Amino acid sequence: MTLSAHAPAPDVPDATAPAQWPDATGHFGVYGGRFVPEALIAALDELTAAYEAMRVDPEFVQEFARLQRDYTGRPSPVTEVPKFAEHCGGARVLLKREDLNHTGSHKINNVLGQALLTKRIGKQRVIAETGAGQHGVATATAAALMGLSCTVYMGEEDTRRQALNVARMRLLGAEVIPVTTGSRTLKDAINEAFRDWVTNVETTNYVFGTVAGPHPFPAMVRDFQRVIGDEARAQLLEREGRLPDVVLACVGGGSNAIGIFTAFVPDGGVRLIGLEAGGDGVETGRHAATITGGDPGVLHGARSYLLQDVNGQTIESHSISAGLDYPGVGPEHSFLHDIGRAEYRPVTDAQAMEAFALLCRTEGIIPAIESAHALAGAMQVGQELGPDAVLLVNLSGRGDKDVETASAWFGLGDRTAPTDGDERAVEAGRGAEPGPGLDEDQHATEGAVTNDEAVAGQDAGEQQ
Amino acid sequence: MSALQDRIVAARAEGRAALVAYLPVGYPDVDTSIAAMVAAVEGGADVVEVGVPYSDPGMDGPVIQEAVDVAVRAGVGLPDVLRAVSAVAEAGAVPVVMSYWNPIERYGVDRFAEDLAAAGGAGMITPDLIPDEAGAWLAASDRTGLDRVFLVAPSSTDARLASTVAACRGFVYAASTMGVTGTRATVGDAAERLVARTRAVAGDLPVCVGLGVSDGDQAAEVAGFADGVIVGSAYVRTLLEDRGPDGVRVLSRELAEGVRRAKVRT
Repeated sequence: MTLSAHAPAPDVPDATAPAQWPDATGHFGVYGGRFVPEALIAALDELTAAYEAMRVDPEFVQEFARLQRDYTGRPSPVTEVPKFAEHCGGARVLLKREDLNHTGSHKINNVLGQALLTKRIGKQRVIAETGAGQHGVATATAAALMGLSCTVYMGEEDTRRQALNVARMRLLGAEVIPVTTGSRTLKDAINEAFRDWVTNVETTNYVFGTVAGPHPFPAMVRDFQRVIGDEARAQLLEREGRLPDVVLACVGGGSNAIGIFTAFVPDGGVRLIGLEAGGDGVETGRHAATITGGDPGVLHGARSYLLQDVNGQTIESHSISAGLDYPGVGPEHSFLHDIGRAEYRPVTDAQAMEAFALLCRTEGIIPAIESAHALAGAMQVGQELGPDAVLLVNLSGRGDKDVETASAWFGLGDRTAPTDGDERAVEAGRGAEPGPGLDEDQHATEGAVTNDEAVAGQDAGEQQ
Repeated sequence: MSALQDRIVAARAEGRAALVAYLPVGYPDVDTSIAAMVAAVEGGADVVEVGVPYSDPGMDGPVIQEAVDVAVRAGVGLPDVLRAVSAVAEAGAVPVVMSYWNPIERYGVDRFAEDLAAAGGAGMITPDLIPDEAGAWLAASDRTGLDRVFLVAPSSTDARLASTVAACRGFVYAASTMGVTGTRATVGDAAERLVARTRAVAGDLPVCVGLGVSDGDQAAEVAGFADGVIVGSAYVRTLLEDRGPDGVRVLSRELAEGVRRAKVRT
């Protein structure tokens, strides 16, 4: 299944070939596995079996390829950015343009696959967690396309930071539930989504957004995202007749990074570098650089690196980027780190925002703040390697959603980013009366289970 | 060979089910939580699940999460838990630790098993650790003679029921309804069906039912088909409502009366 529009190069990776890892029970070395309540095992087994059957089913392969081409707009182009590259030690910098996908990020790649899987196993409702809102938007989009009912859990803090995406999800017919437990960010949204799933598992599929969580999610999401690297590798071979020296991507949970890394993992000469969110600096303790600053442990269903205290409690992460603000990371990244196949470095908020502004000004591309971490990495690595180096950067998403955050950071305009006490945040996130045409007039997708019939995770224990 | 099984079998010999009380260490503070556990024993609990606070309690509902959040923020850890275990043993009940996996892994599985045994703990219940992932804990519990309690659920296949039960020692925890912890108005038929399926493969191993029991009548209902009745959220709510250890003792009395009211199968 090569989804590139270009003629396959002789050594195009075969996406349907069995991967080297994980093992049959979902382990990447010591990482991964399933650390979940027994009540979810049957659903995970069902998902694994259905996915294994689906991925080699020619009908699915064809349908998935058609959606990627006609709906997402794949293959995404590769853009060389010479003026930005002047700030990267003169190295050549090529961007894989996942920001140009429908819905604005790489998240759609995975969601279309999982939505097709949901239909295949006969479930009519999907739930999702979201941080920056990109995965929530993508899931709401796929649900609308395929006639599924959709509930998205989003930390209350993130509903403020990413108010635009909350509105997008509601426009798409999804129910957005602000999560008010714990740190009110992505980690807590995942907890709530798991609670919903364990309660409603007979009707509901959990469309997980990243390469974390219990098996089969890390492997399945990787397989749906590997199209990024498969395309990019073929595009570079065709255009440049060579592979890049370095592939860079930001890492929160790590799905866009695994997506672009996977095709290059067998190419030993290609360095793979994941850029983690360094927040205020790893040394300050206020960061989300899980591999750089964390230790192995168990969180959200898998063993992997995570930020934890001496008691094994998850530490709240900090990043200007809601999509990277997560104290865990996918188990395959932990494995790639430990075997030395990939490197992970922190990028601070300030470094990321510098790269963000630079790409806007030099190339006319507004990147997602998440992706700006990878751009900042390219600035560092380019300086280290010099003008002969070819750097491939995954531009995983576009920055429309981040304009308010960026305006506040750079002191542009008279509007600052919403804060806790800000009425606009309340309006955008929750609590205020919805505007005309939104919630009041919203109808569930025709033929789907309505969200009213399902029990929301935070109410699950109190249903009677 | 198993402190938990012995105690539950002893209850059965009295023609009743055992009462298993869950309380988390550290709510509202460590000392009061230990006093509440002792009060639960004085009111009639046979076994106390000593809960380890955890930041991401994915299987718990809002009542338990509200309480453990306080304990997590206060920095309550396994040394506090071991102190509670000793207090419960001293009060005459069988203490069993209930913990999500990461706090145990962080402390060190072998080290925790040794310290738990030394504190007089019977073993551990692991809500997010399935036997498939439990190699280190199976070895450590064998070495230290601790009980290990895994969960079964209505969605468990027959094959998984058999393999999970085979890994259990002490009792089998039947999570009666699909969902998270919290009190419910009705316990439902799912619990009874699950217990029957579990018994078919459990041999002599007791089967206890958790998730949903909140009062004496429900305890009596569950006691009619299970070897032990596990109550968590109702105890925690008592503390959340500021009724303190005395309130816990009163609830325990009601529940202990309930497990004696039902006609237990022999």
